[in-house]
Amino acid sequence: MGRRKILLVTTDQQRFDTLGCNGGTLARTPVVDALAAAGVRYERAHPQSVVCMPSRSTILTGQLPTTHGVWMNGVPLPEDAPSFAERLRDAGYRTALVGKAHFEPYLDPFLRFPENALSRRGTTPDGGAHRGFEHLEFATHGAAGPLHYARWLAAEHPEAVGGYYATLDASLQVNAAGGGDTGAPQVKVNPIDRGIYHTDWVADRTVAWLDGLDADDDWFCWMSFPDPHHPWDPPQSEVGRIDWHQVPLPDGYPESAAERERILDGKPRHWRLWYDGALVSNYEAPAAWVPATLTADQVREVTARNAVECELIDEALGRVLARIAARGWADDVDVVFTTDHGELGGDFGLLFKGPYHVDALMRLPLVWRPAPSSGAGAAVVTRPVGLVDLAPTFCAIAGVEPAEWMQGRRLPVDDADADARGFEQVLTEWDSELFGVDVHLRTVTRGGWVCTAYLPGTCHDGTEGELYDLVGDPLQQHNRWDDPATRSLRDDLVADLWDSQPPARRVRLDVEAPV
Amino acid sequence: MTAARGSVRRQVTIARPPDEVWAVVGDPARLAEWFPGIVSATVEGDQRTIVTGSGIPMPERILTVDPLQRRFQYRVTSSLFREHLGTIDVLALEDGSSLVVYGTDADPAVMALVIAGAAGTGLRTLKQRMESSPEET
Repeated sequence: MGRRKILLVTTDQQRFDTLGCNGGTLARTPVVDALAAAGVRYERAHPQSVVCMPSRSTILTGQLPTTHGVWMNGVPLPEDAPSFAERLRDAGYRTALVGKAHFEPYLDPFLRFPENALSRRGTTPDGGAHRGFEHLEFATHGAAGPLHYARWLAAEHPEAVGGYYATLDASLQVNAAGGGDTGAPQVKVNPIDRGIYHTDWVADRTVAWLDGLDADDDWFCWMSFPDPHHPWDPPQSEVGRIDWHQVPLPDGYPESAAERERILDGKPRHWRLWYDGALVSNYEAPAAWVPATLTADQVREVTARNAVECELIDEALGRVLARIAARGWADDVDVVFTTDHGELGGDFGLLFKGPYHVDALMRLPLVWRPAPSSGAGAAVVTRPVGLVDLAPTFCAIAGVEPAEWMQGRRLPVDDADADARGFEQVLTEWDSELFGVDVHLRTVTRGGWVCTAYLPGTCHDGTEGELYDLVGDPLQQHNRWDDPATRSLRDDLVADLWDSQPPARRVRLDVEAPV
Repeated sequence: MTAARGSVRRQVTIARPPDEVWAVVGDPARLAEWFPGIVSATVEGDQRTIVTGSGIPMPERILTVDPLQRRFQYRVTSSLFREHLGTIDVLALEDGSSLVVYGTDADPAVMALVIAGAAGTGLRTLKQRMESSPEET
């Protein structure tokens, strides 16, 4: 028997409450639920950024965005950035990343970023590896762009390309066009066959890579699904699994507009400005879409389609695990399932994501099923952990010493382990500067409270903040920042927040594309 | 609300004399030497055609080549843009070195960021190249 093999499964923009094991009741996710039952399920796992590129860079480097330098989408991770995959490869692991990487911008007419350029040439990078991965095979949302999936679909199934939603509009902004039954933004009826949808393609290509390995190879595979990130255009053949008319509204969606507005008015002003269509602070949501126009039925339809996408991912993962078992590896594979950040999903009357540090975007699904041969038991960890802790965890699984540049620690296996090793808080950051609008947030989650301090920006003077009691106010609808009763707690959390900031990269990296 | 037009600036200081920097930056045919992801740049009269790494030909019109101000301006006339103006200035600093400023104004706004993002990398390439092996002028 060799060393433990590792399958990292990431999705994109998946909420905590979309898994059955986390209490979700809409999507059926028996495969991940079974992994959770046999392994460790984390109740309070947070990303270090709530958008893709910084968060994925944190997974890879084991560093916070301030340190790895990818401070917003569109900032490419430097090619010489540290990588846990490189560390595993140096230790003899075979390494692959299949699906969505997004360490480098997508919007790249010059084809100057390696992820985009490699997709034209093949799957093996020059020099044998890129960011520590010897095999790279990329997909993202839909069929546009230069990546492997889009090229394959255009070559093999050109009739299916137009079925996908166009994620960008004619002005290259995130598309606001609506569809489906309710006209919800980023929704489209997609007639594509399920077997060639990107979720199944990612699973197929993962299986193909695994099939090429020798039985005694040690391997690490990052299988990265682009869903359930918008657009919500799953294969139409599967949409009937969940009748959106029957979908209950999320607890976080107040049906009364007056109630939504009252809640938003208790938060820093960019929340309400975006809701009213008066401010677009970031590229990740459709600039032409006004959240105040979102209807209850649109929330239901988006929620249903999102759940269908989560089910397809679960089934695709089941297929990959079956193949792993058929190869005789079942007892020796650690499986980690998580996502890069959450989705507003109707909370507060909002969709998509942005500078909003609440559970919708920060509370992530995270499950670690250690290799059965390790003898590890099942547990639920309630203490805060972060995606920053994944890199050292992979090193620990592989028996490789964590690197000194890693800022996280291997994940705790239960609360006693977490307490013994001081897992008390987790940090999240936001910085964005886009066409004259900047927003900067720093957040600490500790002791059942989430505390966000604002730095000066376009619509903040640096005195604003958010403070939520995660136990008493699980939907984060009551901002206690200015509540005299919580003043000393707030001051303590803010002091802790600033004391805990990681070292900043010496030279700030440029934004080189919107995404 | 968001503006249709975007304006983005990138800049770099280069420890070489402005005339030396201008000899490279002000020559529209030499763009592929320093701007990333450009396979070729062909100049005929006031028309320049670049071909990007993704194989997209982009027709451009050269608007200003002013060696006294050391200013170069061009406009991408591709249908990707409703409007575009690129401006490169080479400014003399007191210590004899150069400040190169690359401004991009574009509609759609997103394209301003895409062009300027690449230009920023190009300026860093230019700096590295010129400071390590000065141009023979």
